Amino acid sequence: MISLSHYLVLGAVLFALAVVGIFLNRKNVVILLMAIELMLLAVNINFLAFSHYRGDIAGQVFVFFILTVAAAEAAIGLAILVVLFRNRQTIDVEDLDILKG
Amino acid sequence: MTYPIPNLLPALPEIWVLGMACVILIVDLYAKPHRLVAYLLCQGTLVGAALLTLTGWSTGTETTFNNTFVHDRLSDLLKLTFYLIMFCVFAYSREYIRERGMYRAEYFVLGLFGLVGMMVMASANHLLTLYLGLELLSLCLYAMVAFQRDSSQATEAAMKYFVLGAVSSGMLLYGMSILYGLTGSLEIGVIKQTIAGAGSENVALTFGLVFIVVAIAFKFGIVPFHMWVPDVYHGAPTSVTVYVGTAPKVAAFALVMRLLVGGLEDLAVSWREMLVILSVLSMGLGNIVAIAQTNIKRMLAYSSVSHMGFFLLGVINATPNGYGSALFYVIVYAVMSLGAFGMVILLSRTGFEAERLDDFKGLNQRSPWYAMIMLLLMFSMAGVPPTVGFYAKLLVIQSVIQANMIWLAVIAVLFAVIGAYYYLRIVRLMYFEDAEDQSPIIAGTDMRVLLGINGLALLLIIPWVGVVIDLCGKAIQGLS
Repeated sequence: MISLSHYLVLGAVLFALAVVGIFLNRKNVVILLMAIELMLLAVNINFLAFSHYRGDIAGQVFVFFILTVAAAEAAIGLAILVVLFRNRQTIDVEDLDILKG
Repeated sequence: MTYPIPNLLPALPEIWVLGMACVILIVDLYAKPHRLVAYLLCQGTLVGAALLTLTGWSTGTETTFNNTFVHDRLSDLLKLTFYLIMFCVFAYSREYIRERGMYRAEYFVLGLFGLVGMMVMASANHLLTLYLGLELLSLCLYAMVAFQRDSSQATEAAMKYFVLGAVSSGMLLYGMSILYGLTGSLEIGVIKQTIAGAGSENVALTFGLVFIVVAIAFKFGIVPFHMWVPDVYHGAPTSVTVYVGTAPKVAAFALVMRLLVGGLEDLAVSWREMLVILSVLSMGLGNIVAIAQTNIKRMLAYSSVSHMGFFLLGVINATPNGYGSALFYVIVYAVMSLGAFGMVILLSRTGFEAERLDDFKGLNQRSPWYAMIMLLLMFSMAGVPPTVGFYAKLLVIQSVIQANMIWLAVIAVLFAVIGAYYYLRIVRLMYFEDAEDQSPIIAGTDMRVLLGINGLALLLIIPWVGVVIDLCGKAIQGLS
């Protein structure tokens, strides 16, 4: 039987993977965007699990909103990525180093 | 199934700004040759919104849209602050973006959509409203930072801002999901009641709280979550920096009030400890690293980090008095920062960004009037007595003393003294060095007038400072 805690552990593991992906990744900005997406989906699992367990529909409504916002966020992120590539001819995280101090 | 029409009146200012933003987008299609139209409509929208908010000022607290949206004193005061700041932001930006080929109606429209996001945050009474408002604001800001598409710096700043902003939103959502799971509701009032019933010694609640505090610290740019602040302030076009560095800070205060105070006040024992650490780190690192900066936008960024540390002092007290002083601090900070970045815009011209500290050398010879405005801004940021910045610092430090944390007050004063060094260095550059660059200072009339008022206000508000502080206190008291 799959219980609430299984879902929560899955959510936590995915969330942790996403955070690790963002902070350890030194290679490609696209992977950063994927990690961000994963983070939001991990949260969705949490909301869905709680919503089902508590028999309250509000959590599922929240998930729809998160999905929509995530789509908008991905659109803006990719747009910035395209502009970045045009200016730099590279999308390596390591090359994002003009600004420092 | 019938769907009752919700009471729209409390949300009238939001509806107005949102509608006008769409109107401006369409009008711009037909009014392209008349460049001023979008700008004037945008400023008109802000004035109209201010009138609408003022009309609703005297009505008491009311909620609508199934309790997801609240209209109270605090939301009104915050919204009026947003309008005032945005009015100046747009006025300061106009010439700047025109000279750099960024003058498009989208710039103003994105600004207005961001404003709607902030207004929704200020009025949020539900985790969903709070999240949507925050995201609307953030998405507009990412796009605005990247507005100068051919600038390598600006796009890099936008990318960094986007990634870290998205991470912080993710953290906030994770914290919210845990709150939802433990309390079974997304409505902030219900969450508060459930927590009051469950008691504050709940490990899982504290776990969720940590994520929320981290997210809030990210949005404010508080150490150790400040990495994005200097890069974004530096990389973004200055007209966008002046936006990012002012109104969203006040909006983040709404986040603190609605979520931390409105929903999780019974966990104050836990979050106070976290905020004390964040505040000390912020004041320390912000002030010390700012000394090493040669770029004024980076210097002001680190100064913002340290100011946010001071701001937290007011929240740490966890009493209405403390919140009132924090609100006053954050509003004063937004006005000071508005003026300081306004000065950077003023000294810049086509093909030249007055970003280095050296660009302020000998400003007194070039224009004694603007040198005096900058002097007032810097004195106020440092907290020198006749200016309003002094009162702001005094109030937050008083509130920590009330909370019996004398050591924290002592640390705050020490860091304020360290901070005075780099503010006064600019004053020295302006008055005691020779100008490297003798070109005349050119700006539109609206900007000259507003910047003058902006700077002088820090001094001339003093006789009425009690009224403003009172207003902040009343806004907070209306909350409970």
